[in-house]
Amino acid sequence: MNNFTYIAADTPKQAANIISQNPDAAFIAGGTNLIDLMKENIAKPNQLIDLNKIPGLDEITELPDAGLRLGALARNADTAYHPLVQERYPLLADAILAGASAQLRNMATNGGNLLQRTRCYYFYDIATPCNKREPGSGCAAYDGYNRMNAILGSSEHCVAVFPSDMCVALAALNATVNVSGATGERQIPFNEFHRLPGDTPQLDNNLQHGEIITSIDLPPGGLNKNYSYLKLRDRTSYAFALVSIATAFELKDGLIVDARIALGGVAHKPWRVTEAEEFLKNKQPAKESFTQAATLILKGAVGLKHNAFKIELAKRAIVRNCLTALNPDK
Amino acid sequence: MKSEPQVINNEHDKLPAALAPELDIVLRVNGHDRTITVRPWVTLLDALRGRLDLTGTKKGCDHGQCGACTVLVNGKRINSCLTLAVMQTGNDITTIEGIAQDGMHPMQQAFIDHDAFQCGYCTPGQICSAIGMLNEGHAHTRGDVQELMSGNLCRCGAYTNIVDAIMEVKEAQGNE
Ligand SMILES: Cc1cc2nc3c(=O)[nH]c(=O)nc-3n(C[C@H](O)[C@H](O)[C@H](O)COP(=O)(O)OP(=O)(O)OC[C@H]3O[C@@H](n4cnc5c(N)ncnc54)[C@H](O)[C@@H]3O)c2cc1C
Ligand code: FES
Ligand code: FES
Repeated sequence: MNNFTYIAADTPKQAANIISQNPDAAFIAGGTNLIDLMKENIAKPNQLIDLNKIPGLDEITELPDAGLRLGALARNADTAYHPLVQERYPLLADAILAGASAQLRNMATNGGNLLQRTRCYYFYDIATPCNKREPGSGCAAYDGYNRMNAILGSSEHCVAVFPSDMCVALAALNATVNVSGATGERQIPFNEFHRLPGDTPQLDNNLQHGEIITSIDLPPGGLNKNYSYLKLRDRTSYAFALVSIATAFELKDGLIVDARIALGGVAHKPWRVTEAEEFLKNKQPAKESFTQAATLILKGAVGLKHNAFKIELAKRAIVRNCLTALNPDK
Repeated sequence: MKSEPQVINNEHDKLPAALAPELDIVLRVNGHDRTITVRPWVTLLDALRGRLDLTGTKKGCDHGQCGACTVLVNGKRINSCLTLAVMQTGNDITTIEGIAQDGMHPMQQAFIDHDAFQCGYCTPGQICSAIGMLNEGHAHTRGDVQELMSGNLCRCGAYTNIVDAIMEVKEAQGNE
């Protein structure tokens, strides 16, 4: 790791003030991504601002509208096992528990999870070009070993995927990210939080330097009856997704009245296609419709040398997961 | 012939010229307050092994990928390689050296009884992780134990016996 100074902040405002005065400072929460990247010489902050000592940021509280507020510093494990999350948002609990390991989930925070960086092999290897790490240097993954890379929404500049499991469920559940900066507070709808690479792949999301995530809000109606999280990977546990899917339905009188399908491991952000979800509405839940929805979701998918299989894999996984969501307890 | 890798990303000119000051911190380890002087980048793992001579905690990957460095912080298992010593002040840290109370901890005894290791390198992490898992209370079946212990790799492949050992302790606890 490089040379840096350390300070523990007492309030979100103080943290935001310190960081806005130093373009090369970084917040640290669980540390499970940032310390790894610092050891690899990819992240090189000259100052770390520890958020762990700020009181109250780790709470999980009910909102007046029966939604739920997840503190940014609440640990991933405490979130997944929280009784209200288990009861109202089981899709989120399952997605969190599909990620990383028990040790990592005990450290990892909700805010940090949203801001974790890609696992693209070339992003991690500072001896190779990578536009995300070093803008303008090129993309080694494009013609390299790109099994783990994107099939949707990528650009010639970057084919990295966003690796989070938790965020796939948050996207499906229409969460909102609450952010505080030196100049005030704002709310970012989840689907506008992360971004596509375009020609600025160094930017993973729309958070500005100087802003701190204080919490994540879940709207009421967690679709807790018909839901399923499916994660396909190279080993059964403790591995990143090749393809993951968060699916939830609201059914009424034998018809789908609300459908959510979000994909992870396929793009630079959790992938949702409104057209496919609208297509399923007011239809009977049936394999044939799910297959058509899967085709709509994968529209425009492009396979690279080593990951073209993910297109067919994703389609089949969508259908399978829709069927599982109809009978989540089986 | 293999060419030297080209390092593209090594400009350190934005970093402060002088080394960040050393910090005096108190870590509560295995029930004792220990004062050490560290620079901010010393991980908890390196502080335990290098400064406190508690070498039972192992360094496998140093990147959160193997679980050899697992310790308990306030009763919960974490990877000590991915946290800084300066971040752990005020917490109760338990390492493999601190788990035995009167004689061996039941988990240690079970690992011996079930021959749950070969080289033993992963064992301190496995034992701390297993104790943490049973504290957390989410493992109900053998399958749960396998899933919730997936953060501890064993390159000797002693997994079957490790799960046997944990199941024995779990069942004994359940029968109390
Ligand atoms: C071996 C391994 C396997 C993993 N497997 C998976 C997996 O299968 N699925 C998965 O989803 N994840 C996986 N992870 C990633 C893990 O989930 C993330 O590392 C974790 O969620 C990051 O959270 P943190 O609190 O530790 O973040 P940190 O490392 O502390 O911070 C990450 C980034 O977020 C910033 N930050 C943190 N909190 C805030 C805040 N409140 N406001 C503003 N900025 C903030 C930091 O400055 C930093 O840039 C894995 C990690 C490892 C090491
Ligand atoms: S040494 Fe910490 S997880 Fe491998
Ligand atoms: S006993 Fe050798 S690595 Fe587990």
